[in-house]
Amino acid sequence: MSAAFTEPHPPADLAARRVTDQDWRRVLNFGLLLAMVLVFVALTNMPVKLDRRMLIEPVFSMGYLSLLWLPAALGLLVSRQPVLAGMPSYAKGPREVLAGALVGLIGGAGLSVLTVLLDNFDIRDPLVNWSPQLLDLLSFQRGTTFGAGVWLPIGLALGALGGSAHVLSVTARRVLGWAFFTVVAFAVFETVIIDLSEGFAWLGAERLVDELYFIRGGLTVHGAAALAVVGGLFAAFGRGPARRAKENFQALEGPSRTRANAVGLLVCAAALVVLPLFLGGITNELLANVGLFVLLALGLNIVVGLAGILDLGYVAFFAIGGYTAGILTTTNRGESWPDWMPEFYWGTALIFVVILAALAGLFIGAPVIRMRGDYLAIVTLGFGEIIRLLFLSDWLGGYTGAAQGVTNIPGVQVFGLATVKGTDPRAVFYLVLFFCAVAIYVSWRLERSRLGRAWMAIREDESVAEAMGINTVNAKLMAFVVGAVLASFSGAILAAKVGSVFPNSFIILVSIVILVVVIVGGMGNIVGVIVGSVVLIGILGGPRQPGLLQEFSEYKLLIYGVLLVWMMLKRPEGLVPNVRRTRELHQAEYLQDAWLRGEIDTETDSHADDTDPGGVNTGGGVLPA
Amino acid sequence: MSPRLLTINKLSVTFGGLHALKDLDFHVDEGEIVSVIGPNGAGKTTFFNMVSGMVTPSAGEIIFKGESLLGLDPNQVTAAGIARTFQNVRLFANMTILENVMVAQHCRTRQGIWGALLQTRSFKREEQEIREHGEKVLSFFGSRLVGYRLDQPAAVLSYANRRRLEIARAMATKPTIILLDEPVAGMNPKESAALTGLIGELRSDWGFTIVMIEHDMSVVRDVSDRVVVLDHGETIAHGSYEEVSTNPDVIEAYLGRPAKESA
Repeated sequence: MSAAFTEPHPPADLAARRVTDQDWRRVLNFGLLLAMVLVFVALTNMPVKLDRRMLIEPVFSMGYLSLLWLPAALGLLVSRQPVLAGMPSYAKGPREVLAGALVGLIGGAGLSVLTVLLDNFDIRDPLVNWSPQLLDLLSFQRGTTFGAGVWLPIGLALGALGGSAHVLSVTARRVLGWAFFTVVAFAVFETVIIDLSEGFAWLGAERLVDELYFIRGGLTVHGAAALAVVGGLFAAFGRGPARRAKENFQALEGPSRTRANAVGLLVCAAALVVLPLFLGGITNELLANVGLFVLLALGLNIVVGLAGILDLGYVAFFAIGGYTAGILTTTNRGESWPDWMPEFYWGTALIFVVILAALAGLFIGAPVIRMRGDYLAIVTLGFGEIIRLLFLSDWLGGYTGAAQGVTNIPGVQVFGLATVKGTDPRAVFYLVLFFCAVAIYVSWRLERSRLGRAWMAIREDESVAEAMGINTVNAKLMAFVVGAVLASFSGAILAAKVGSVFPNSFIILVSIVILVVVIVGGMGNIVGVIVGSVVLIGILGGPRQPGLLQEFSEYKLLIYGVLLVWMMLKRPEGLVPNVRRTRELHQAEYLQDAWLRGEIDTETDSHADDTDPGGVNTGGGVLPA
Repeated sequence: MSPRLLTINKLSVTFGGLHALKDLDFHVDEGEIVSVIGPNGAGKTTFFNMVSGMVTPSAGEIIFKGESLLGLDPNQVTAAGIARTFQNVRLFANMTILENVMVAQHCRTRQGIWGALLQTRSFKREEQEIREHGEKVLSFFGSRLVGYRLDQPAAVLSYANRRRLEIARAMATKPTIILLDEPVAGMNPKESAALTGLIGELRSDWGFTIVMIEHDMSVVRDVSDRVVVLDHGETIAHGSYEEVSTNPDVIEAYLGRPAKESA
């Protein structure tokens, strides 16, 4: 993020180092790390499970991809050095390729050893996931000797490939990278693209897609080749105009910038309204699921991202929304309810949903809000479970159906004209879209209001915020209530969509997943939160919702975890960061950059007027402590 | 004689057996500038923390405009009209300079969620007023904190300017009394002299009453109507600067007792 680091390939001032001039310890560490990761991935049985998903028919499956990208990635990383502007750096050469190759070789050796071990010992007792198919996969169905031998050259070659990326010119790297990612993206988004092509059948899109994809899934070989060429060509020639457009946009200021933003927003909104008409059931269902999580994540974003309250029990409000809407609209109500209680329309029930969610926000918030930091997080975690257990309990079972949940929820009646429910994912998507638009508007307006500023101040320094006249308890309760109401919308839509609610839909995992979505997407940023939902829920899938990569469902949590750790280490501000939050997390770098741009305030009166001989400058340093 | 604003009677606080303040009596009249001085650890900042509601006294009373401040939260004390700055500058470093003074007007404004969501006319008017008042208090310090600086984060400011912004933030809360905790610490003599002039203007042009903790005796001498000297949590002297600066107890507190006397 720092300006000093943005130059991708600065001119090298020093000649390339000799091939033997390696940091052997680093190479060995990376090699062993690679071996460990490869063995771990193999033993989780991920390659076998993912082997069913073909990327390029018949040569390349996602199972092999899950193993093969690792040597290339670590081969690249082993010789990566931070490059500082103004500091001399070495030219890259065969040394980097060799380092990558060695890392790959050690990793490959790890898999070779694993292959031999798997052939000789049955380790299915401690490692339940392991299956004999793994051995077939590792040995390419050609026997153990072949398998044990072949991983050495494969590792070597892939590691060298990764390392050679340092030697290539920036353009070449970009072309290859784009070609690769175009192929992978088209393979991953296969369902959506086929679905979309059916909507645009009149354009002849179907014929194109028939060429691109194999009939039982996976890209065809010539399709993949064509995509790689298109991606590469775009990287080589198409990026100039794209970058110029971006620069032109960034150069805009004042009202014309606002207008450009508004036009962009309108185009996006129009696309979201029109696109579902061309999409089939599967993709609309996927979009509706993503939308439900966008709604949840936007609500949590107000609580965590704006007000800085780490709420780990956010699922409680999702559950309250779902149960309230479910109980009020169901035709099959629990036996403890009095007979005179009418069956409400969903729209009428929504009023009660909002009221109850707001009250729950107040009641849960009031005791919780006075705590800070870790204590607050743990207590909210507890409340999240308490709400679920209450719905599950015998005590309230007559009202909530206990473990059987609430069923026969009819859906949303639209002015008596139609009923929106799960059987029509497109209608559900539009319903979700409407509430997401509301949530986006609420987040956007509140952030730029008196209350939003108070939340910011509380996040920065709570005791000073209070000393500056902010009633911190009230302001934080407001954040809690607004977040609770947004989550309850999501719950009410879920009830109408699925037609039933169960305590199991509201496990603690949901809270965690929403939090991961917010963190990975970019805390405090509306666009970031939406991107996070699309990437995590859309591609990997939610706690109970399948994503595009259905084969991943068993490994979803593993990948969530890895992603979260990686983001925390490398990009804690998220995929689409909030400007202010980035400043908080990278304050030293931000100040350094500001100093390089000459924005840091070095003004003191003694500098402005040097006539004062006694002017000892005790403060006003260049970089504040 | 101008009316009494703040009266403090027999104020004490103990932190685990240590008397941080003991039976402190103190008062400020409207339009006064009172300095509180004393060696490190004398209890000056604790005194400010108690007046601003951040620390609860163990005994005594604080009466502001005829009403007790005891038991009020810091935000209620600020709303009542007592604003403060901090010895170790505590700005909202990642908020912009303008936002720092805008957020300080929280207790003087009242628009809530609905105003923001519906963009009512009163919401827009209030936002406009908040912004204008913010720019007004910032321009008290000349061009340093306005112009292109308005939208920069407070973290980029120099130390002296951060102190100025803290004072601006206290002014933005529309207080009656401002408690300044070492306003010129870390400034060079020229800057302190300029700020001394501004502290005078805070009273003459803005009508604030000021209580100031300060170690820089030239500032204390130039601006104070009265000086209160604390040592070990007790008032050891009060009066004009000339009176306290010649008081043997004060000299002893700062310099120690001459060797032959202590023998």
